[in-house]
Amino acid sequence: MHSTVIKAKNLSLTFQTNDGPVHALKDVSLDIGAGEFVSFIGPSGCGKTTFLRVIAALEEPTSGTICVNGMTPDEARRARAYGYVFQAAGLYPWRTIGGNVKLPLEIMGFSKAEQEERVRKVLELVDLAGFEKKYPWQLSGGMQQRASIARALAFDADILLMDEPFGALDEIVRDHLNEQLLHLWAETEKTIAFVTHSIPEAVYLSTKIVVMSPRPGRIADVIDSPLPRERPLDIRDTPEFLEVAHRVREGLRAGHSYD
Amino acid sequence: MKSVLPILTVVAAIMAIWYAGAFAMNAKWARDQAERAGAELTLPELFAQTMNQDRAILPAPHQVVAELWDSTVNKRVTSKRSLVFHGWITLHSTLWGFALGAVVGMSLAIAIVYFRVMDMSVMPWAIISQTIPIVAIAPMIIVVMSLIGVEERLVPKAIISAYLCYFPILVGMVKGLRSPDSAQLDLMKTYSASGFQSFWKLRLPSSMPYLFTSMKIGIAAALVGTIVGELPTGALRGLGARILVGDQFGPPIRIWSALIAASILAGALVAIVGLIQRITLKRMGMAQ
Repeated sequence: MHSTVIKAKNLSLTFQTNDGPVHALKDVSLDIGAGEFVSFIGPSGCGKTTFLRVIAALEEPTSGTICVNGMTPDEARRARAYGYVFQAAGLYPWRTIGGNVKLPLEIMGFSKAEQEERVRKVLELVDLAGFEKKYPWQLSGGMQQRASIARALAFDADILLMDEPFGALDEIVRDHLNEQLLHLWAETEKTIAFVTHSIPEAVYLSTKIVVMSPRPGRIADVIDSPLPRERPLDIRDTPEFLEVAHRVREGLRAGHSYD
Repeated sequence: MKSVLPILTVVAAIMAIWYAGAFAMNAKWARDQAERAGAELTLPELFAQTMNQDRAILPAPHQVVAELWDSTVNKRVTSKRSLVFHGWITLHSTLWGFALGAVVGMSLAIAIVYFRVMDMSVMPWAIISQTIPIVAIAPMIIVVMSLIGVEERLVPKAIISAYLCYFPILVGMVKGLRSPDSAQLDLMKTYSASGFQSFWKLRLPSSMPYLFTSMKIGIAAALVGTIVGELPTGALRGLGARILVGDQFGPPIRIWSALIAASILAGALVAIVGLIQRITLKRMGMAQ
């Protein structure tokens, strides 16, 4: 079936702090196949964001191995293997939407003509065609986050890493963006790793849900979703959906000792 | 313009206080004169006599305005009695000092943000440099300059001016260059951006609002620096010299007119920097 894109084995990461060592990740092993949509869910401190940052080579693991596209994360980054979407859209206020999407292309040295072409294409993809010349403050929060997704897609990496991209948005906008993200995923066939706090969001989006628990950060459960790839919003009322959501909740409860 | 009314209110209040102060401070002299002449002054007479004294302790605003008018419009700009002439001398070295201070402040800021060693070593000295009274340093700079053979008066004045104005620019620029949050810096990292790219595309544009704010403070400080450079050193030209001469030999009203001229100049300089700020940020898309 799928070829493996991200392969983590016995991955551990310990931060040294003034209050002693913090085990952000402990013995995490996980394979992510090409074209999968994997969600990481768990309470804060469970290491889900840290894991994403290790994939992106923004953090260095203390022990264990991780391969991205068969390379080390550092090499993968230089090979433009992934686009990263942060919780805050983080658009530059001094650049237009088009200019913001162009930013990675300028840094990576694409030709002027290709920059224009790609900006036009990805803005269409996230439904922001026609907003190229607008400044970020002229757009709503949801539109800004879409622009930041377009920015991550602009250089056409195979992997999209998303760290609670819709965490700061209200539920109505969030539903809408979730639906759009699924379309985008189907259209581009990217591999997506998605960090979230929301059980419905995780279940609705993912082909695979990784439930994590804190202290030390570790994987509590990995659920392969039985839901079909084609998902209208009202799939959330079906028994299959509720069953998966239930299992996620169980996993969270088991891993979380309320001490 | 809604903003005019509050400004006018404040101006009116200052005028009222000024007139009251002039009356109170100049009344004694007027009374003494009257006593010597054996005359009795009514209140309106007393008031009238406090408003137009040649050597008033506190000249009234209209006297200062008249003197300002006389020493700018009624004098040739090449005359040593012209405030335009003196103002130009001061402005000239202020601009050089500001340019020098801005270059020094910005370069140090970049070094401080990029090299930890610079942060540890330069920053404390930059702060200490501002605790030394400028009036103590100014004569030394002028003496040293003339000892090493720099005859041009402009150079030591510009250096003193730069000494005073580099600091706010340094502090503002450091703050501005450090203003991008960690997510924005991480984003640059995910693009494998070079140090120069993240400076040019992220840190420098982020610092612009901070830089302009501190340049507004800096240019006013540069003017003060130049005036201080002209004050204690027997300079014959410039607003500072004019203030000193007025202080020691001339009528007090000359200090006042030079003082007001200096503040008008400072206000104009700050306004010009503010205008450049507005235009620049607007063109960058940062002003809404």
